[in-house]
Amino acid sequence: MRGGLWQLGQSITRRLAQADKKTIGRRCFASDADLKKTVLYDFHVVNGGKMVPFAGWSMPIQYKDSIMDSTINCRENGSLFDVAHMCGLSLKGKDAIPFLEKLVIADVAGLAPGTGTLTVFTNEKGGAIDDSVITKVTNDHLYLVVNAGCRDKDLAHIEEHMKSFKSKGGDVSWHIHDERSLLALQGPLAAPVLQHLTKDDLSKMYFGEFRVLDINGASCFLTRTGYTGEDGFEISVPSENAVDLAKAILEKSEGKVRLTGLGARDSLRLEAGLCLYGNDMEQHITPVEAGLTWAIGKRRRAEGGFLGAEVILKQIEEGPKIRRVGFFSSGPPPRSHSEIQDSNGQNIGEITSGGFSPCLKKNIAMGYVKTGNHKAGTNVKIVIRGKSYDGAVTKMPFVPTKYYKP
Amino acid sequence: MATKLWASRAASYLRVSTFHRAFATVVKDLKYADSHEWVKVDGSSATIGITDHAQDHLGDVVYVELPEVGASVTQSGSFGAVESVKATSDINSPVSGKVVEVNEKLNDTPGLVNESPYQDGWIIKVEINNNDELKSLMDHDQYSKFCEEEDAKH
Repeated sequence: MRGGLWQLGQSITRRLAQADKKTIGRRCFASDADLKKTVLYDFHVVNGGKMVPFAGWSMPIQYKDSIMDSTINCRENGSLFDVAHMCGLSLKGKDAIPFLEKLVIADVAGLAPGTGTLTVFTNEKGGAIDDSVITKVTNDHLYLVVNAGCRDKDLAHIEEHMKSFKSKGGDVSWHIHDERSLLALQGPLAAPVLQHLTKDDLSKMYFGEFRVLDINGASCFLTRTGYTGEDGFEISVPSENAVDLAKAILEKSEGKVRLTGLGARDSLRLEAGLCLYGNDMEQHITPVEAGLTWAIGKRRRAEGGFLGAEVILKQIEEGPKIRRVGFFSSGPPPRSHSEIQDSNGQNIGEITSGGFSPCLKKNIAMGYVKTGNHKAGTNVKIVIRGKSYDGAVTKMPFVPTKYYKP
Repeated sequence: MATKLWASRAASYLRVSTFHRAFATVVKDLKYADSHEWVKVDGSSATIGITDHAQDHLGDVVYVELPEVGASVTQSGSFGAVESVKATSDINSPVSGKVVEVNEKLNDTPGLVNESPYQDGWIIKVEINNNDELKSLMDHDQYSKFCEEEDAKH
């Protein structure tokens, strides 16, 4: 078997294994016993979750519903995802903002307290170490969520820079929220269902906003964000309250919000045109090439001051040589590493994610092409198992996003 | 279905995906390959498809890549592919021979492989070269046991 989520899981697991040779290197492969479990593991199993290894964790790829049905149900009703494998951390101290600004492209200082944004951790060459949603809780408290597969690498990177920052007198410290679990509640029923479980008025909380509040009797970090293109929330809940919260959400939705696994999560994010780190973004890809120039704050463009800024700012000025674009195509669904050719059969790039869209009922994909071939409507050929199929560059998101904005 | 689908690390990715249905259907008069294809032999003509067990593991089939009529297939060799929302998998031929017919209906309704793996979801018909090859295939009892063991392993 090739391609798809399997490959995604494996590639992340593989990287993790390389980063952590001490624990995994002496075995041929990570057996079930090596996999970490979230506090919801038993809850998944009881609910029919098909558990698979993912980034060193045993996570549900799907439950009893097919991936097709799960994806559609998220957009029609709602989905509850266990994303507790992801790593939440807080940076605290009066210099937390200047510290984080050295590592990411966002204008953190310019964020209003209680708001957040998608950002990218960059390396010296301007490549992406990881993508992350960061929130300015207050001027001396930042909250971040990083990818499970990048946890060790990201934490090592942050720690190294924190040491040198502190040695120069900077005031910053971190706390890794391993005492908390992360749930994602997504879809049109997310807000009405969650409103049943909190006294705070969620209608006044918009996309990208953050609050600390009481949900179902537990003190939670709530961010109005997600990875599906739908309205929704990510809820950081004390781990001892996570199962109760999951049960309460499902119950309040009268069965309409359904437990949803990694399979549908991948279809949903692809339909929403969102990058999966490790597939659509890597160490050698800059945020500009990835189409995330919008995430580089104006002040940051003027001042730089983050790792790789010289490379990135030059790319903004001159235009990148390659660009991430979306595709529709005929034939079998493109998968990562499918070759992209122009109409004359010349190689112009490679697919990084692709699949069959459950909502659009056709193939969608994203990948990188040489600049000049990136305009919507450009006809391309996508090579799958030696045969080339027709495709066309398409604007993303493939399915319109429904973020809750004022 | 390629043996690698089941034998490789991918197997652990797909494991337990049948536990809510203890036994996939296995049909009596068919022969089965360990890569989860079935073959129904009538004289020198063989109809080939993927098993209920295989379609259940793959999930919603969205595309079936068919060979050309007249193409040669060899036992255990790949002749096409099945794409589901979840994964891509090669389809191997349980017998050697020449493709005499392909199921064109799968071009428009690949989901037939899920709905009716042993009837409407057949994939190709082959003119068999060598009936002796059938001896290396499993009967329904052996195949049922094979699937159970494989699921238990993962």
